[in-house]
Amino acid sequence: MTPSAVLVQLLNGLASASSLFFVAAGLSLIFGVTRIINFAHGSFYMLGLYLAYSLVDRFSAHIGFWPALLLAGPMLGLLGALVEALLLRRVYHAPELLQLLATFALVLVIKDATLWCWGAEDLLGPRAPGLGGAIDLLGRRFPAYDLLLIALGPVLLGLLTLLLRRTRWGTLVRAATQDREMAGALGVNQAWLFTSVFALGTMLAGLGGALQLPREPASLSLDLSSVGDAFVVVVVGGLGSVPGAFLAALLISEVKALCVALGTLHGFGLALPVSKLTLVAEFLVMAVVLVARPWGLMGKAPSSSRHRALEAPLQPSGPGLRASAVVVFLLLASLPWLSAGAPYVTVLAVDLLVAALFAASLHFIMGPAGLHSFGHAAYFGLGAYGAALLVLKAGWPMEAALVAAPLAAALGAMLLGWFAVRLSGVYLAMLTLAFAQIVWGITFQWDGFTGGSNGLTGVWPAAWLADKQVYFLLTLSAAAGGAWGLRRVLFSPFGYAMRAGRDSALRCEAIGINVLRVQWLAFVIAGGVAGIAGGLFAFSKGSISPDVMGVGRSVDALVMVLLGGVQTLSGPLVGAVVFTWLQDTVARSTDYWRALLGGVILLLVLAFPMGMVGFLRDAVWQLRGRPGGGAR
Amino acid sequence: MTALLQVRGLQRRFGGNLAVDGIDFHIDQGELLAMIGPNGAGKSTTFNLLNGQLRADGGTAWLGGRDLIGLRPREIWKQGVGRTFQIAETFASLSVVENVQMALLSAAGRVFDLWRAARDFQREQALGLLRDVGMQGQAERPCSVLAYGDVKRLELAIALANRPRLLLMDEPTAGMASAERHELMVLTRRLVAERGMAVLFTEHSMDVVFAHADRVIVLARGRLIATGRPAEIREHPAVQEAYFGTGLSFEKRRGAPQ
Ligand SMILES: Nc1ncnc2c1ncn2[C@@H]1O[C@H](COP(=O)(O)OP(=O)(O)OP(=O)(O)O)[C@@H](O)[C@H]1O
Ligand SMILES: [Mg+2]
Repeated sequence: MTPSAVLVQLLNGLASASSLFFVAAGLSLIFGVTRIINFAHGSFYMLGLYLAYSLVDRFSAHIGFWPALLLAGPMLGLLGALVEALLLRRVYHAPELLQLLATFALVLVIKDATLWCWGAEDLLGPRAPGLGGAIDLLGRRFPAYDLLLIALGPVLLGLLTLLLRRTRWGTLVRAATQDREMAGALGVNQAWLFTSVFALGTMLAGLGGALQLPREPASLSLDLSSVGDAFVVVVVGGLGSVPGAFLAALLISEVKALCVALGTLHGFGLALPVSKLTLVAEFLVMAVVLVARPWGLMGKAPSSSRHRALEAPLQPSGPGLRASAVVVFLLLASLPWLSAGAPYVTVLAVDLLVAALFAASLHFIMGPAGLHSFGHAAYFGLGAYGAALLVLKAGWPMEAALVAAPLAAALGAMLLGWFAVRLSGVYLAMLTLAFAQIVWGITFQWDGFTGGSNGLTGVWPAAWLADKQVYFLLTLSAAAGGAWGLRRVLFSPFGYAMRAGRDSALRCEAIGINVLRVQWLAFVIAGGVAGIAGGLFAFSKGSISPDVMGVGRSVDALVMVLLGGVQTLSGPLVGAVVFTWLQDTVARSTDYWRALLGGVILLLVLAFPMGMVGFLRDAVWQLRGRPGGGAR
Repeated sequence: MTALLQVRGLQRRFGGNLAVDGIDFHIDQGELLAMIGPNGAGKSTTFNLLNGQLRADGGTAWLGGRDLIGLRPREIWKQGVGRTFQIAETFASLSVVENVQMALLSAAGRVFDLWRAARDFQREQALGLLRDVGMQGQAERPCSVLAYGDVKRLELAIALANRPRLLLMDEPTAGMASAERHELMVLTRRLVAERGMAVLFTEHSMDVVFAHADRVIVLARGRLIATGRPAEIREHPAVQEAYFGTGLSFEKRRGAPQ
């Protein structure tokens, strides 16, 4: 590692910091004013890049390279304004999670729209005229274009600061960021303010994307990867703080650059490939910052707690519900015989049951305990990998490994839970996401132990379970037992305490309940049950890859829970089954199944904010003329 | 007789603002002590210091043989101190009786019981507490649909669940109509007599204070400016001054509903 190599890496870090800041600044502004966590922000970045490609391709001969490239910004701003006015405006008063789900649906729709317009191939744009070459730095070559980027970050920060400090619009934005009610009292035309902020944020994301055109190809995976990075930056910097976002972008980019510069470290007889651990480093920075400063580097503690949809008290199951649960169980148990001619049915049914158990465990922590976990797949993955490694590396019998799977997951949940219960809301969501990414990163990069990106193969069940029908029955018993156990806990004193801690931590402490410990244990239980699902999954597939704990699976679980309705106990089960089945059938019949799913989600969010089961329940109550009452 | 609670030199600042500025007072067993003072005088802050929700910058608060200062809220609760909040804190998604059962479960050390159903746990006792505060008819209703006065009554039942020696009530009658206020204080007086506990309460309605308190202490800008029987306080020049200073006299306050 020479000084010149380090210098080049540090400069690289500055260039990526600028790029990150373009995306993160808009995300932070939008969150500050609208309080919406916009998952689709990365999609606007991606669209900016694709659009810039086409604009430069078509028009650079007529109006020049730069005007054509920069045109992508305002065009996306316009799109952002449309999206805000037509869609997001309807969900401002919905619970936080539904807003997230709506913006996630937007991600799916935009991704497929991009696929339809530009195809699946990566598209590489032309070099920037005059900046295509490289300059000489202490004997190393450094791209000239990156120097431009390095300058653009601080310029943007300066412009935004001027805009926020010196204009009336900026004053309004700052007022709304600090206190929404106050902004209302100032007589601000809220609708107009929200639309303009959203348009500006989207334009910045689009510009950020367009500016990457000479550097990297446009690709369909950029949406989630860029929004993931931007989330980390915004949370580390402090939600709503533009200078904070700048600082965090610098910090994270430089830490990553240093990792690359360090290469492989040797010590204690081990070779640690630090340069490959950039992802882990990024999330470690975030975890450290959040533990030390729970509201980010320059953020402030949220002034008022967010309103939450009121939940009716849970009612223990009546005879009707218990009878139908038994009937469903018996029907499912006879599935192997009913579907004797169609073996695929039991294979799919195993997937459905695993998804249902996984969703139930997420609901347990998210609904009654009120802790929004965005990285629940980590525990699923720990269960899956734990079981698989015990069989493959430690030579355990499959049955013992399956029993140990939830323990491995619970251990992970115990570790993270200790930190997580000290945070709340968005910060909690981001820390759980970060933990999942770390676990994923380690699994992905630790080739020698976890098989790296290839994963592990030969994870087969014991001989007596090899038959798919028998394995289905095992899965059914585990899933039914798990769901029943979770339900039982919810009606125990501990279950009351979980809900009590969510409703009023102050009241809990004033009557002697240790809220942090209650939530910690709830975290561990939820993680353990997710681990059961993970173990079952591993042995049903015979092989696993790091995907089992990727962001995608965490988000899928969120969608399942919200689809079914977070306020009902059976909702997540129904949501999981419908989601997995849809995914399985629709994905095989169209290339655009994600857009379809996104459309369905948007429809659900706008039309049935209580989820499917919640909607049915309310409809039944309406018919019976029974207001209030309980959630089943 | 030694006092039940003895507070000395209690202090708390927020930045440059001395919200509670070295106050001394005591409460005897069986006493209904009112703490009055204009808005921002430091009443709620005093309560938060006494129940451990805020850390004190100085002072002591001896209850029996223990100093409460430095303990956590749940440890102070174990010492037999219950409280209600200025803005009632109850469990909105539990039913009324479940709210009380939660407190009883905690008092019985059963919070970490994961398996047995909680539904029937000390139901009779919970209903009894609800009867004490006049809420027995609404036991099965969701807490979220109660009228605000009823939420405050429920909160009182919750606070009574572990048979406290001392009850801190921050504006127990806020948001109630005049008749209801007096009703609640009569009820409180009865509970004090039946359970032999002491109550410290804050109250903006001087009507209520003068009609029901045994003794009154007056706070203004974090300092204790007077203490005495209701009749003495009414005539106290410093108290009149503090209230006139805010542009409100007792007479004006008496008529004005909250
Ligand atoms: N968490 C806090 N941070 C900063 N200042 C605070 C905080 N809590 C209270 N204060 C300040 O301390 C002073 C006393 O407030 P407190 O709430 O104790 O008054 P109070 O007597 O209960 O008033 P009210 O009759 O309006 O309830 C006020 O000036 C208030 O602004
Ligand atoms: Mg107060």
